[in-house]
Amino acid sequence: MNMKRRVFLKGSLASGMVAVAVGAGLITPRQVLAAWPKEAFEAKNVNDAMKGIVGAELAPASDAIKLDAPDIAENGAVVPIKITAEMANVESITIFAEKNQTPLIASFNFSGNAQGYISTRIKMGQTSNVIAVVKAGGQLHSARKEVKVTIGGCGG
Amino acid sequence: MANSSIKIRAKVKGGVCEVKALINHPMETGLRKDKKTGKVIPAHYIQEVTCQHNGKDVVTGMWGGAISTNPYLSFMVDGAKKGDTISLSWVDNTGAKDSDEGEVK
Repeated sequence: MNMKRRVFLKGSLASGMVAVAVGAGLITPRQVLAAWPKEAFEAKNVNDAMKGIVGAELAPASDAIKLDAPDIAENGAVVPIKITAEMANVESITIFAEKNQTPLIASFNFSGNAQGYISTRIKMGQTSNVIAVVKAGGQLHSARKEVKVTIGGCGG
Repeated sequence: MANSSIKIRAKVKGGVCEVKALINHPMETGLRKDKKTGKVIPAHYIQEVTCQHNGKDVVTGMWGGAISTNPYLSFMVDGAKKGDTISLSWVDNTGAKDSDEGEVK
């Protein structure tokens, strides 16, 4: 059952969409964030997703980001995540789960008096790194943490 | 109020206002299959969330289907006082939307 699904997905979806995502990523590396970035949310790997939403594939690790996530999540459908960015001028926080079918989970933009803090619950298909990318003062920073998932929460 | 899909709690502590919100939404990824029929359950998830403090944007989120069912969201706002208004609105991929507001306590 599962194998068939893999093959089906690989054959029909992956090839087409990755090509679209990569193409879009190359042509417009910095997307306007006002519209919901479809390509980034449908990208099948972290690099494409990151390029689509924050405009770069890599972000240097930073100790100023605190990423709170459980070491082991029994239920991948509900993984509590808390991100605190202890830096000035936090513009956005973007969350990825490296091995999800579509790694980009959500992106939050901050303005006005909002602090660089977000807490939410995410779905994870399998054990993988959770990556938080913080944009502050025009610079990208990242933090990652591995979460072991016992039962996946993305499409069984 | 009673029928709203959103619950907001905002509380000031040490000059910082912590906002906690719960939204009732299926957040269907479009990747799951119905176990009985074997058909893919169509995607139905919130794409955009806007949170405002006294009518000004503070946090805006763009979400994919990987935010958990009945999403929980928490953030902090500096300088919010008792009696201020925190509002939250969302739009999902089918175009459905809802909004609600809460008073800072």
